[in-house]
Amino acid sequence: MPARASGRLGKSLVSGPPLAYLLIFFAIPTLIMVLASFRTPGEFGGLAPLVDENGKFDVNLESYSRFFTEPVYAEVFVKSVWYALFTTLACLALAYPLAALIAKSSRKYRDLLLLLVILPFWSNFLIRVYAWMIILGPQAALARAVNGMLAAFGHEPVPLLFSSFAVLVCLVYVHLPFMVLPLYANLEKHDQALLDAAQDLGAHAWQRFWRITFPLSLPGVYAGAALVFIPALGIFAIPDILGGPNDSLIGNLIKQQFLETRDWPFGSVLSIVLTVAALALAALAAWIGRRGAGGGSFDRA
Amino acid sequence: MALLEIQGVTRRFADFTAVDNVSLQIEAGEFFTLLGPSGCGKTTLLRMIAGFDLPDSGRVLLEGEDLADRPPEARPVRTVFQSYALFPHMTVEGNVAFPLQMAHTPATVISAKIADALEDVRLSGFGKRYPHELSGGQKQRVAIARALVTRPTVLLLDEPLAALDAKLREDMQLELINLQKEVGITFVYVTHDQTEALALSHRIAVMNKGHVEQLDEPSRIYGFPRTRFVAGFIGHCNLLTGPVSANAGGIVSIDVAGLGPVRVAATTAIAAGRSGIVALRPEKIRIEAAAPAGTPDNHYRGTVSDLLYMGDVTVYIVDTPGGQKIEALLANSATGRAKFFEVGDTVEMSWPVASGHFIEE
Repeated sequence: MPARASGRLGKSLVSGPPLAYLLIFFAIPTLIMVLASFRTPGEFGGLAPLVDENGKFDVNLESYSRFFTEPVYAEVFVKSVWYALFTTLACLALAYPLAALIAKSSRKYRDLLLLLVILPFWSNFLIRVYAWMIILGPQAALARAVNGMLAAFGHEPVPLLFSSFAVLVCLVYVHLPFMVLPLYANLEKHDQALLDAAQDLGAHAWQRFWRITFPLSLPGVYAGAALVFIPALGIFAIPDILGGPNDSLIGNLIKQQFLETRDWPFGSVLSIVLTVAALALAALAAWIGRRGAGGGSFDRA
Repeated sequence: MALLEIQGVTRRFADFTAVDNVSLQIEAGEFFTLLGPSGCGKTTLLRMIAGFDLPDSGRVLLEGEDLADRPPEARPVRTVFQSYALFPHMTVEGNVAFPLQMAHTPATVISAKIADALEDVRLSGFGKRYPHELSGGQKQRVAIARALVTRPTVLLLDEPLAALDAKLREDMQLELINLQKEVGITFVYVTHDQTEALALSHRIAVMNKGHVEQLDEPSRIYGFPRTRFVAGFIGHCNLLTGPVSANAGGIVSIDVAGLGPVRVAATTAIAAGRSGIVALRPEKIRIEAAAPAGTPDNHYRGTVSDLLYMGDVTVYIVDTPGGQKIEALLANSATGRAKFFEVGDTVEMSWPVASGHFIEE
């Protein structure tokens, strides 16, 4: 066999299985979902027959018009974006110093610290979420301390559990490692010589951070933001378990459509809107990132 | 008063003394080089001048002021790093503007200063490029422009040409000399490359194991090395060692094993029996096929055991019957042929007493 042909065969052997996997378990289901979004829900769930009793194709935009005409869905959607955005920014604020600390620490402690960051993954996600029920529960020390303080100032006690607060705290907690790891991977590669040069050229610690370290860490920031924002946008388990009645997010709505209301077409529409929104926001972030990096003017702060 | 004064500076790391009680005075406008092998302490000394490291004892004075309390960003000293350390996310202009911005230079003046600095290093028109779009030599020039744009009192250069290839390195050496003359700023240059040090410097401090072995002009460092280390480190040198057999009338004779008595001009009070070295550069030795006319001061016979043909010159390794190896160098231009001798040829070596340089041990 000629070398070039055997090279092609090798490539397809290597890339074939993952491509087939993605085709079967991602591309085809997505296609099914898109097709389902134009159908009518079945009487007992699922989908109504494609061809109705009158022999006509039953394809329509009902579910789409429902999403865009009833404001309650857009509201949940916007709320979800805010929750995801808050989670992303809070994770960034917490993860950046941590990642920088790990990247700067000696090799001896670095692996240990990284291990501690990924340690939560060793226990089940739901167990970790349920753990917050205990931490934030009304009888727990935290709630008693907070409400004791509020009482001292003459305020009514507040429940910590089943609130937006509980949802946001847990969202940040669960997603934090996804921000720390890409940031660490980026910061760890930074060249100390650049910081030495900046200092030599007259930059104070704060200027060194804002002019050198931070701009160079932006790829890590974007990667971490994507890894946090996108799953946080679609999450349903945390609001389900820790949230109050007003903490339903888009993920809960989708789950509801498929498992409770059994309106598959509308659930599909919500999923598609979520996917498109996530992609659009990712594209926007990438565009901003490229513009920022390629700005080129020397007086850019 | 010297511009930059190093007073009895010592720096220890754990059980290793990197810089051991070094004192130097560097004058304004000087091209001063710290030369030595890796680990000799030259880079540690440079970092202490820049402020990245502090002496355990001793002082660094700039224009009479002790710099101990000044962090690197507050010293009127700039460094050109070996790795260039250009900011990859900024253009050439952005890099050169950085120190001006840190010094709160008005934006209206910055553009003109950038243009001047880039012209100094012959990089006009490259302002909009990013570092990854530049060649090694261009990056080096940007690093120099960036360090010079605020007109520091002293420019420190840490092996700035080490990463460049040989041809480019030579061009850059000439440019550095011209640039230094043009801007008149004191350069303190660190290198392990002795030819670079000889070519560039007004004065050289040869360092070894944390000490300054010799501080002198290049021609004196080369021609009159004060220690065995300096003689061996700077250029090629035959180090003929043995006990002194006579010292009279400005001529010292030493007995070199495998060669015999070697006579050298020296004004020293060294007594017979003490050990001494005659440092003899390969190019100072005459080698001929026939015995030299007259009676030269030093004359030995040997056999060519090895030769290195280098184009312009040929290096001959000559073995004497006693087993001493002598390195001699002959310019190939003196003959129509490619080289004078072949391996196995018997040759006559000779040199006058003034050619060698005597070092006491």
